[in-house]
Amino acid sequence: MTLTAVILLGAFHGINPAMGWLFAVARGLQERSRDRLLQSLPVIALGHLASVALVALVVGATGSLVTGTALSIGAGVVLVAFGLWRLLSTRHFRWVGMRLSLGQLAAWSFLMSSAHGAGLMLLPVLTRIPAGHHGHAMSGGLFVAGIHTLAMFVTAGVVALAVYEFAGLTVLRRAWFNLDRMWAVALVGAGVFTLVQTAW
Amino acid sequence: MGMSLWTPDPTFYPSPRDAVAAPREKLAYVAAFDRSAERPDALAVLDTDPESPAYGTVVGWTDLPYTGDELHHFGWNACSSALCPSAPHPHVERRYLIVPGLRSSRIYVYDTKGRVSPELVKVIEPEELGKRAGYSRPHTVHCGPEGLYVSALGGFGEDGPGGIALLDHTSFEVVGRWEADRGSQHLAYDFWWHINHDVLVSSEWGTPSMVEDGLVGELLLGRKYGHRLHFWDLRKRRHVQEIDLGDQHQMVLELRPAHDPTKTYGFAGVVTNVEDLSASIWVWHREGSRWEARKVIHIPAEPAAPEELPDILKPFGAVPPLVTDIDLSVDDRHLYVSCWGTGELKRYDVSDPFAPVETGSVRIGGIVGRAPHPAAPYERLAGGPQMIEVSRDGRRVYVTNSLYGSWDDQFYPDGVGAWMAKVDSETFTFDERFFPHGDDFRGLRPHQTRLQGGDASSDSYCYP
Repeated sequence: MTLTAVILLGAFHGINPAMGWLFAVARGLQERSRDRLLQSLPVIALGHLASVALVALVVGATGSLVTGTALSIGAGVVLVAFGLWRLLSTRHFRWVGMRLSLGQLAAWSFLMSSAHGAGLMLLPVLTRIPAGHHGHAMSGGLFVAGIHTLAMFVTAGVVALAVYEFAGLTVLRRAWFNLDRMWAVALVGAGVFTLVQTAW
Repeated sequence: MGMSLWTPDPTFYPSPRDAVAAPREKLAYVAAFDRSAERPDALAVLDTDPESPAYGTVVGWTDLPYTGDELHHFGWNACSSALCPSAPHPHVERRYLIVPGLRSSRIYVYDTKGRVSPELVKVIEPEELGKRAGYSRPHTVHCGPEGLYVSALGGFGEDGPGGIALLDHTSFEVVGRWEADRGSQHLAYDFWWHINHDVLVSSEWGTPSMVEDGLVGELLLGRKYGHRLHFWDLRKRRHVQEIDLGDQHQMVLELRPAHDPTKTYGFAGVVTNVEDLSASIWVWHREGSRWEARKVIHIPAEPAAPEELPDILKPFGAVPPLVTDIDLSVDDRHLYVSCWGTGELKRYDVSDPFAPVETGSVRIGGIVGRAPHPAAPYERLAGGPQMIEVSRDGRRVYVTNSLYGSWDDQFYPDGVGAWMAKVDSETFTFDERFFPHGDDFRGLRPHQTRLQGGDASSDSYCYP
């Protein structure tokens, strides 16, 4: 159940054009090169992994210092606050520049994922990893981040190739739902869920 | 301002190929100004739907709240660049027109959604533009990666340098000066970019003191107006290279880069060559890591008897073409060139940008020609084709006749009049049903046109 949620969240990130597959397709189209698209995807996934793993490590480290209840309450508050900010703010991620080296592309992905709060949604899962042993929580968190990113990578790869080879980008005009707004609502929901669960 | 949408704004297109399939515009917005500065300038709204009984007439009108703005160019708050993958925000709406007053230095924001006559939602005072960005006389507006970019001819409290100011694209507040390092650039006018290559290109007209009271003969013959192109790093905001076209080529105005984001060429129009009063079009292009420019179109002056000429041209015995605007179709195949002096609209096939082929010409107005519009065949027209706008599908070309208040008066001293015309590009003839003129513009002079949903000079695309 928990693992399924982790994988589904990864797929959700993978399918979101803003989180990287669209940039990979754009890089491929610009040079008329599928190789360039394929090169870009692992780098984008790496940036995403770094962003999610950072959250996992922070949770693991915090969990070794505070009680499980405090950790869950903190996570719930962070989620609700971040979700509300994403929901109400009209600001969006800004980045100037289309000609990026692979290193810069990884940095872009890290920042994009972080600004999006990609790792935060894993908080309800991460805070429930038994904190009995410090190393266990850390490696458990990284495992969650890895599975999540793998799901994101596979989904993004399938979508990117399908769009590049067959579908074309015209599909964006109708199919690009405002996932950011859905995401913001989901963050608030996950935060409330975490808080309620803790209070219960 | 504005809530976000659930799906992308339908006027955003990933690629120029997609944009060519856009539906035809039903409305056109035209900036119109009162030369005497006694009445407010206005946004006039034209019906461009041929099925509509009001086709070709002014159906909307919004007076500005002040006088003396001299509206000139304007642009949309958002465009297809919102789909770019580096910072996508496709769920904003294209609904606000950003309208600078070239003389007043005020910038107005007008809402067009759900209404015919635009409604004022914000005024940016000259002090805000000046104190935050250091500029005055705002001119060209483009929506791009960092928000709204607005070029400006003058400095704040100083004549120059002119440059580019950045505006936040949601609050419309002035963020600041765009340039981190302006290098050799001092004069400003137009700008646009090769968005996928992180390159911005800018052109040169003159500082406010050089243009506001009319064309200054000594400055022109002294070759003091702009004659350079500037290339910038769009990301680092740094000047990278200048290209001097030669100081005989006075006033490098409109810039039209290829819409195809894989390409690195574009067209620049030069108003006049002081040696023979000809006009020219240049192509800039990248060779290795450097930019180069090459003259690809030469339009000669037309001889005329001095008594037919305004004072400023009498000594020359010729009418200069005065190329004051050019526009490139979204498919990058056709370049339209307005010759405001001779009263001619030309079309070139620029499929090979280095070897343009002239494929059409119509005459209307002109300093000597005074050619009529077929809808009013006995009316001698002043002014010439000036601002050009091409529909996204490339089928319709709109032109207006005023250049700039004080310059209108020099070249058309008996009155420049007011008219707007439409050319159907397939036949390259005037649409006889579309000719708003004279009192339709209520004594104001029409300048730039923006088409509902976007046009050939409004959007940049990140996908080929």
